[in-house]
Amino acid sequence: MTDEKKPDRGQLRIDEQECKGCGLCIEACPPKVISLSERLNHYGYRTALYQGSGCTGCGICFMACPEPGAITVLRLMNRGAGSVSATGAVGGAAA
Amino acid sequence: MSNQSVAEYEVARSKAKSLYPRYERKEELQHQTHFCPGCGHGIVHKMVAQAIDELGVQDRTIMVGPVGCSVFTYYYFDTGNVQSAHGRAPAVATAIRRSRPESIVISYQGDGDLSAIGSAEILHAANRGENITVIFVNNAIYSMTGGQAAPTTLLGQKSTTTPNGRNAATEGYPLHVSELLSTLQAPAYIERVGLGDNKQIAQASRAIKRALDNQVRGLGFSLIEVLSPCPTIWKMTPVDSQHWVRDVMEKTFPLGVFCDRTKERLAAPAAQSVPAPALDELPGILGVAEEDLPEGNAAAMAKEQEIDLEVRIAGFGGQGVLLLGEMLAEAGLDAGLEVSWLPSYGPEMRSGTSNCHVRLSRQTIDSPLVTAPTVLVAMNEPSLRKFDRSVRSGGWIIYDGDEFPADCAREDVHVLALPFTRIADAMGDKRAANMVMLGAVLERSGVLPQASIDAALRRLIKNPRWVELDERALARGRELFKEALAEA
Repeated sequence: MTDEKKPDRGQLRIDEQECKGCGLCIEACPPKVISLSERLNHYGYRTALYQGSGCTGCGICFMACPEPGAITVLRLMNRGAGSVSATGAVGGAAA
Repeated sequence: MSNQSVAEYEVARSKAKSLYPRYERKEELQHQTHFCPGCGHGIVHKMVAQAIDELGVQDRTIMVGPVGCSVFTYYYFDTGNVQSAHGRAPAVATAIRRSRPESIVISYQGDGDLSAIGSAEILHAANRGENITVIFVNNAIYSMTGGQAAPTTLLGQKSTTTPNGRNAATEGYPLHVSELLSTLQAPAYIERVGLGDNKQIAQASRAIKRALDNQVRGLGFSLIEVLSPCPTIWKMTPVDSQHWVRDVMEKTFPLGVFCDRTKERLAAPAAQSVPAPALDELPGILGVAEEDLPEGNAAAMAKEQEIDLEVRIAGFGGQGVLLLGEMLAEAGLDAGLEVSWLPSYGPEMRSGTSNCHVRLSRQTIDSPLVTAPTVLVAMNEPSLRKFDRSVRSGGWIIYDGDEFPADCAREDVHVLALPFTRIADAMGDKRAANMVMLGAVLERSGVLPQASIDAALRRLIKNPRWVELDERALARGRELFKEALAEA
């Protein structure tokens, strides 16, 4: 009901100069929100591209990526402003 | 109810602190590793670094890197680093762990390194139960050297040395290192994990942390074998090679824990070893009197042998650096001299420079290394700058370039600097530049008869058009050297 108002649980930052375009993160990503860019980076690789929404912050792409710093995963901060159950329920609602 | 202001995020997963923010390697590439796209090493590096971070042992961790694609641990890990000889990492790790008991020592090895040339070291380190952690990255092949069969190569797997697939009758069976070592009494923990899918990757990360934790708690020898993809040498896409780990490799190398003595060790820690004696106590222990101690090592230094020609040839890959050296060595061999030819290029599969060492001598050659050449052939400026100081006094530098850089000039070294590539281009093909330069080297050395050079040329060059061009190029090189001498 309020899905469109809810912020994503996660965010991705991809360093496109470090990425070598192997595609393992795309394979690994459970919600499938990463794809290969059309644009080539400085070294001629098509790099991983976050589609901008839908990230759950699970961090699986981070572990699957062979470059140590190419992916940074961010998670929504748990805001304790009286609605612990509301934020806590986000995980449960998806299941 | 819900707060509709801007969502706030915090970093949950990012590059480990135990890895350098930038890697002190080739200038252009300091923000990425040297590994090929999809290589398992990067993932394992990440797991090891994360375990170091989580256990809080970065400031007392010492990585031991061996030979192979895993060689560059010192570029990546912001910890102590020692690079060992091929296969010898467990022996070096033993020494470090014993002489610095507070340290956390990780031996990071590939399968060519650990299971072939280093099979003795790993076996005995495990059998002694050294309190070290070994990360054994198994991709079932020699990757850095271009895909030769390793002891771990699967039956039927093709490699450059088993072109029809590994056959048990001639090459034996894949070596199961984890199973083998788990038959020993001393190891504390041995597990095989894979990088075949998300689940396997998560388990690999847990296992690596556990193996490191065992060492922190002093439980003894731990080894984690990681089945790891090598897309470049397997000739597969990164995703296909990941699947190959899970679907094919795992059938030969089943995953699981093969040995776990951590519980019994926790109850009764392994016996502590006696600390080694200090250096100045050694003469007393050995019964050597003070006056009998040698003065320095001058007496032990070998008498220098007569050497005819020591050549270092350097340039970019593709310039014919190795062929130039090979020609020289072949000609020397034909002339009945002792020769050595040692190519030397970086461990990267991509973007390399190369150089080679050639020695020709009437005496037996003690070492194929040429650290102080009598002739340096530098096919570009970076190569010149890398080796110009090493040239022996009275030696020659033959340099491909219009102008010899003023700051490289030395009073005690002769220089022949000419645009060899352009000269070769004018003769028909710029790729013959190496032969023009070789002509100059031959004229300078004067020890090789023309017949031997002709024989070498015919042995190494099959295409008659190239033989003809190379012959002219060699002759031109000789002329150029003579002209330069006459001018001087």
